Amino acid sequence: MADLLRVENLSVTFATDTGPAPAVRGVSLAVAPGEVLALVGESGSGKTVTARSVLGLLPATATTRGRVLLGDGAADPAEDVLTASPARLRALRGTHAAMVFQEPSTALNPVFTVGWQLAEGLRAHGHGGGRAARRALAVDWLGRVGIPDPDTRVDHYPHQLSGGQRQRAVIAMALALGTRLIVADEPTTALDVTVQAEILELLHRCRTDFGTAVLLVTHDMGVVADLADRVAVMRAGEVVEQAPVRPLFAAPGHPYTRELLAAVPVFGRGTGRVRRSGSAAATTSGTTGASAVVGASGPGDGPPVVRAAGLVVDHPGRLRRKGFRAVDGVNFEIGPGEVLGLVGESGSGKTTIGRAVAGLTAVTGGELDVFGVSRTARRRPRDRAGHIGYVFQDPAAAFNPLLTVADSVAEPLAVHRRDLTAAAIRAETEALLESVHLPRAYADRYPHELSGGQRQRAALARALALRPPLIIADEPTSALDVSVQAKVLGLFTELQEERGFAALFISHDLAVVEQVTDRVVVLHRGRVAACGSTADVLGSPQDDYTRRLVAALPVPDPVRQARRPDLTLDVRDDAGTVRHHTAVDALDEGAATT
Amino acid sequence: MAGILARGPAPLPRRLRARLRTAGAVQRAMLLTGAGLTALFLLAALIGPLLAPYGYARLQDASGLFGAQQPPSGAHPLGTTIAGYDVLSRTLWGARTALEIILAALSLSVVPGTVLGLVSGYLGGRVDRTLVGLADALYAFPPLLLAVVMSIVISGGRSSLAGGLGAAACSVAVAFVPQYFRVVRAEVVRVKAEPYVDAARVIGTSTREIMFRHVLRNSVRTLPLIFTINASEAILTLAGLGFLGFGIEPNSAAEWGYDLNRSVADVTSGLWWTALPPGLAIVLTVLGTTLLGEGLTDLADPRLRRRGAAAVSGTPTDGGTRDG
Repeated sequence: MADLLRVENLSVTFATDTGPAPAVRGVSLAVAPGEVLALVGESGSGKTVTARSVLGLLPATATTRGRVLLGDGAADPAEDVLTASPARLRALRGTHAAMVFQEPSTALNPVFTVGWQLAEGLRAHGHGGGRAARRALAVDWLGRVGIPDPDTRVDHYPHQLSGGQRQRAVIAMALALGTRLIVADEPTTALDVTVQAEILELLHRCRTDFGTAVLLVTHDMGVVADLADRVAVMRAGEVVEQAPVRPLFAAPGHPYTRELLAAVPVFGRGTGRVRRSGSAAATTSGTTGASAVVGASGPGDGPPVVRAAGLVVDHPGRLRRKGFRAVDGVNFEIGPGEVLGLVGESGSGKTTIGRAVAGLTAVTGGELDVFGVSRTARRRPRDRAGHIGYVFQDPAAAFNPLLTVADSVAEPLAVHRRDLTAAAIRAETEALLESVHLPRAYADRYPHELSGGQRQRAALARALALRPPLIIADEPTSALDVSVQAKVLGLFTELQEERGFAALFISHDLAVVEQVTDRVVVLHRGRVAACGSTADVLGSPQDDYTRRLVAALPVPDPVRQARRPDLTLDVRDDAGTVRHHTAVDALDEGAATT
Repeated sequence: MAGILARGPAPLPRRLRARLRTAGAVQRAMLLTGAGLTALFLLAALIGPLLAPYGYARLQDASGLFGAQQPPSGAHPLGTTIAGYDVLSRTLWGARTALEIILAALSLSVVPGTVLGLVSGYLGGRVDRTLVGLADALYAFPPLLLAVVMSIVISGGRSSLAGGLGAAACSVAVAFVPQYFRVVRAEVVRVKAEPYVDAARVIGTSTREIMFRHVLRNSVRTLPLIFTINASEAILTLAGLGFLGFGIEPNSAAEWGYDLNRSVADVTSGLWWTALPPGLAIVLTVLGTTLLGEGLTDLADPRLRRRGAAAVSGTPTDGGTRDG
């Protein structure tokens, strides 16, 4: 059968203030009917631009060359999207190819109901006859993509749906028009891992049940392994390698692909950090969670650096409205020199705990002692502030854009070491940058002149400036590409072993947490779902929630991943209805044997 | 794509030049016209008194009185007014008065507006709520009425330079303080939530240092744009005062609004040279500063900035940063 989509020697160049910037250089791709082609690459590799050009969605500043042919050439001749008239483009969009965006909450118009938006697409393309018929079609498709109770859901507004349901609705819109090709740009990046598993399963069904081809843009090798038939690896605007998924993972041809695959942290491969046998004494306190206090014996014995007992943090509500309880009775301790992981999905309260420990968020109730000083006291001594280093998620925002890197890294020294001269501070700053492997010449650059990974290393240098006994790292690598993530994690572990600070490591990525932490606390809606040594909790999860998290994690290995698709998950959606039946036990075996 | 569009601060002239080059033709024309007119105005204010044939209050020279309502001639290129002043001289000197009012009004409004906005936005709480309410109340004040009252309070009805300038400057300041307050406060509230401010708080930097070192410097980027637009409003207020007769006496300073007021009767009797020069001076100065302000706003906002299409054959730039 002829290909649905053929991209021939596509080049895209953007006009910028600093002159033309090529984003895509001579890319050629083809997608056959019912095939899933994954476009993989790091940020800036041109994968999103390539995908958007398929639908003619490039901004006015883009200049294109080459051809993007849509249509299988059987029923109607293939058309070049790049030269199509606006009217033809509108006709092609939706019927020949549809787009699924990264952020489902912004892809839907908040002031119209989901059903209206679905019917609108049908009406625009002349489907479905009358209004009642279109509504019936909308209900039908919402049901088919797995939105429970579609009869009532059809009249709901986007904010009444959960993130996963919104993404389902967007996919339903694409399918309802009978599209042959779905262009999915990072369709699961904004979703939690359990929801991601559901959406991936739905995309699977798009192909098996409806015969829709998918052009999948992603940076996540686990998603690729789960869904793709073929993979095209992009780098700096060019496709460096194109191969079917299994051979590509088994024997990557191009050195860049090898590098990319090697950098992906694989869950279940390393079983935590087994150094320091002393930490094995950490108690695994079972599934009850909330009442369990993790054993105090850290690697270096001594009083715990952080101790939380029954910690409660509320986010204040609006006037006369009850506040939102972000953290609800959490107990944990961090011993000296111990790395504690805090895992959970978005909204589980993990960042709030980190901010409370750092003193950025007020504690509502319970006890939180940091270095033996209570955080719940109204006034706390100021000089303690410098004893915590904080590494933020987004390295681009963590530095004042108007100060040089050296100024920012030196700030803790300037504030707390008044005895130091300017020259001494400068020397110390350069030593710090050296310790995070940043060249001395970078000291006088501004943050935007550094890459993401370099900025995050500078952030680590700033956090370490006062040699604090505690570092809080809040998703330090989730804004970074995998190859950069591997370097930053390596550096973190190296510095931790060298300097022996305790750390609170917050992440949603189980593979990263497994690699870095000694012990782990799994949070679910502000409560502790499980805690104990990393190897125990993540290696053989005892409670339902952790098991679900582990099961939903896509493994960057198509062979292992292939054993999983028929295992659907017991996931409750917000309405509380159980959609699928559990097959978690079988899945656990699959994860454990490899 | 986002990576291509997002960039941090570069040296200003180079950035401006690059943006000017890529801006659309209309935007560029607007900006350049505004800049040209504003430059002309500044030039007139600074060296105008040297160019003017006479002083602003001169009624006579060696050969006697100028005479009232004389048509343009060699001695008086733009003729004389009903009171016997040289029109060209007064128009040129008037630019200096206009510049003075701009500087006075802005310095009276920018500093308190910015400081209050910074404190209110960063500290929040009850202080913030009170100040926001106060700023909203000030918005309801008609500035020209306030200027008239101020003029009477300051100079007791006599129209001196200090009285006229002071009244106009104070009323403009009252009208503008809430504007700067609101703009700065909104930016401060945004910047306050940035991770680099959190980072400074974790480090233990003092509140004052965070406010001035981290928050303030990142919150005032839009202010130059408001300056230019407010400058034209300051000129209009002074001219309006002068026109109403609360301006500055002709022997204390040259002032366009006053001259315009005096020439109203001339227009009906067909004398064009007394009304046109001060009127055009007001219009062109206001137009110039407004166009400059709007043009700068457009350039500063990448969404409003239009670009031409890129040349496909363009050489690769060094845009991408690689990780070491």
